[in-house]
Amino acid sequence: MARSTVSGAPVKSQARRSRALGRLVFLGPGLTYLIVLLLVPLALLLSYIPFRRGRFGGIVYELTGENFTRLIDPLYLDVVLGSLKIATIATVIALLVGYPTAYLIAQLPRKWKTIALVAIVLPFWTNFLVRIYAWIILLSGPGLVNSTLMDLGLIDKPLELLYNQGTIITGLIYSYLPLMVLPLYAAIEKLDPQLREASANLGARPARTFLSVTLPLTLPGVITGCLFVFVPSFGNFVVPELLGGGRSIMVGNLIRDQFLKARDWPFGATLSLALIAVLIVLLLLQAWSARRA
Amino acid sequence: MRRPRLMYVPFWMTYVFLYTPIVVLVVMSFNSDDSPYTFGGFSLKWYGELASDANVREGLINTLIVAVGSTVLATALGTLLAVGLARHSRSRLLDAISVMPAVLPDLVLGIGLLVFYATIKATLGLYSVVLAHTVFGMAFVTAVVRTRLANSDTSLEEASRDLGATPFTTFFRITLPQLAPGIVAGALLAFTLSIDEFVIASFTAAPLEPTLPIVIYSMVRFGVTPEINALATLLLAVSFTVVIAAQRMTRLTESLS
Amino acid sequence: MSRIRYTRRFPAAVMVVGLALAASACGGEAADTTAAVPAASASSAQLNPNADLSKQSVAISVWPGYTPEDLPAKVKSKLGLDLKVALHDTNEIIMAKLTAGSDTGFDVAFVSGQYAQALNEAGLLEPIHPELIPNLANLYPEAKELAYDKGNTFSVPYTWGTTGICYRTDLVKTPPTSWNDILDPPAEALKKVTMMTTERWLALPAIKALGYSVNTKSDDEIAKVKAKLLEAKPKLLGYDDTTFGDKLKSGEAVMVEAWDGWCPTTEKNIKFVVPKEGSDLWVDTMVVLKSSKNKEAAHAFINYILDPEIHGWAAETILYKVPNKAAMDSIDPALKAANAPLQMTPSQLLEGESIVDLGEDSVKFTRLATEVSAK
Repeated sequence: MARSTVSGAPVKSQARRSRALGRLVFLGPGLTYLIVLLLVPLALLLSYIPFRRGRFGGIVYELTGENFTRLIDPLYLDVVLGSLKIATIATVIALLVGYPTAYLIAQLPRKWKTIALVAIVLPFWTNFLVRIYAWIILLSGPGLVNSTLMDLGLIDKPLELLYNQGTIITGLIYSYLPLMVLPLYAAIEKLDPQLREASANLGARPARTFLSVTLPLTLPGVITGCLFVFVPSFGNFVVPELLGGGRSIMVGNLIRDQFLKARDWPFGATLSLALIAVLIVLLLLQAWSARRA
Repeated sequence: MRRPRLMYVPFWMTYVFLYTPIVVLVVMSFNSDDSPYTFGGFSLKWYGELASDANVREGLINTLIVAVGSTVLATALGTLLAVGLARHSRSRLLDAISVMPAVLPDLVLGIGLLVFYATIKATLGLYSVVLAHTVFGMAFVTAVVRTRLANSDTSLEEASRDLGATPFTTFFRITLPQLAPGIVAGALLAFTLSIDEFVIASFTAAPLEPTLPIVIYSMVRFGVTPEINALATLLLAVSFTVVIAAQRMTRLTESLS
Repeated sequence: MSRIRYTRRFPAAVMVVGLALAASACGGEAADTTAAVPAASASSAQLNPNADLSKQSVAISVWPGYTPEDLPAKVKSKLGLDLKVALHDTNEIIMAKLTAGSDTGFDVAFVSGQYAQALNEAGLLEPIHPELIPNLANLYPEAKELAYDKGNTFSVPYTWGTTGICYRTDLVKTPPTSWNDILDPPAEALKKVTMMTTERWLALPAIKALGYSVNTKSDDEIAKVKAKLLEAKPKLLGYDDTTFGDKLKSGEAVMVEAWDGWCPTTEKNIKFVVPKEGSDLWVDTMVVLKSSKNKEAAHAFINYILDPEIHGWAAETILYKVPNKAAMDSIDPALKAANAPLQMTPSQLLEGESIVDLGEDSVKFTRLATEVSAK
């Protein structure tokens, strides 16, 4: 400020230049990367949409709109609604468990904070499939949980713990919980404790302080976390297959089957586009409700 | 500071939930039986088999190269982008594009990249997996760092600019230190997601240079054997040791708080 | 993130669509490689039978555990060429890679019969040059009668077998004999039965129980198959292509639909049966890719695999039948006696119906599988 009063014009243009330079340096690399390795590949993939599958897979380059008419099918709507339900339940539970966890981690003394945080992601440095199989070993008919319960005489025949929607939800939460906790932690950690103290000193109950101070200030973390759990849950196809016993499918299975099993890339691309569109709509709804809160 | 007692319930539930299957797989890795369901007695034989498995060794090295490479790239690009979007852009379009990879199912991104590499006639290698993993790693870093940037106090940055500091000085002296916890959390996420990523890697890796998840996936085709549990246990032990060592040596603690 | 208002995401989608449409206008030739081209026979360039193999190398893609681990060393000492082995878990993954249009660098790929057929239809395969594979003479005559490729013009069979019921003799009261035993299991097997997930095999039990062809294209028949599968669904434990053997060993399942080679008949209480209504004939084959720059070496490799000693390895180690008379004759009789699936003869196998790619009608089976698992 002081300098600009001395010599206005040159400094202003210098400031403009440095702003442009800043834009270039900060935005340039990332955006270039995303254009080349995200948007171009997606465009290539979605460019199959107006064509049709060849007799034995592959693509026949004759323009057709049939992929969009195939999309309007109650079968796919069923799958979408089912996935929506499962992914929503998984996200809500992950949030209810993840928020207090992240909150307490952020309050821990420095040393424990690191340990607690790393302990959240540590299980994920071993293989996903191996962890899923560990759940199967735990929950299956002859598995640990059932055999323990039977040894204790609490049940006389194995419970059906596996291969239902509940296990799919459990598996999804298990897979994505760190993606909820880490963004929440990042948001909660920077909260100024004085704000809460001020609120408490003004006589607010803890619940009120939470709802009117803590939660709104950490809302960005909540939204990010929910996004990171909901979206991959929606597109997961391994958990429904292994923990769901293949008895129900999610949108992820649908897309996988078109690309890999039916080798119908045009329709697979159409489904991908539809999924992206659906997710965007959901994000709008989520933002709308978040702002009302 | 008050910490409501009730919150400890979900807190401990989280850790019990995350570690229950881990305990199972660690115990089962010492199983002398080859059945995944019954524990027949203590044995180290699976660790012996593992030690002689060249595929696993190569896969592990490939995975580490990919995870480290993509995390470094994703953290650098993602942090810059997050700051750029928050401070140098008002474009909603750019905001949206930056989160896109997190919104995309891995299969769609994987096949898209497969087609992309085929179209530009690139020969696949480890680099192609690094580039692919950077795409989603970067989205997560950007999102987490922006969470940190949101509502953050910009007065210091403004003061720095007003005092004539270039955007870069401001970035390195003021913004970056403020963002450190977010950057570390984002990098941790990117690394975690890369090290165990299967779908995208299976489309973008050179067939003769598979990453560890690809190797493991082909090993469990006939079901999990205790050898794979042994491998998972070793991975855990090594990462645990590395983390502890890193914490002792480099004061990771400080950067997180 | 709080600064991102979510309404901002919509333009991104619009832009992606726009980009896609723009690309589609010119994307034609970019990814055209998968378009159907007349089959391989059209362009059988001459191969040089006296090519110097030591200047070539062979890269193959195969299922894990499907070839001996020391195969590269053996090939090196026998043929003097370097062998590189990559693994694929499923037909689907290798098909995606081979048809995406990039040069995968593979010379030989192992895929199932109907996939070989599809690759050939896409113009991606080199015709087999029988003069470079003298060991073709080791194959059973029946191995040249496979519906997806009569006369082995573009594929050479590596293993073959059928699909049936794999069950626990100690946990079912009466041994299964019919596909209906899986579709409508007896009380002791209720919720302890699995069927396969891959669409053609998912449909197989119902198709055969109803007396249809595995290659049916009839909408009416497929609708009846679907009804039958949906009726069976509540009585199943689940759908499983990979770990049904484990489920059987642990007792989690007592009866499963299984490929013969995957049924752990080495366990004392586990047996395999082909249901009386009949079943399929599946074949895993070796194909030479048109993009290969080492076609002579690729043929030499296939010839080497058909050597009774190497080919017999598959039968003795992974207990898959091989279509190689010399190899099958040299198997230890005790091993054969202990594992019923190994005793099936080629003519018995050929009673099973060979699964062929149904072309445009194959999507009907994808839809069927989706309908069954979505309900």
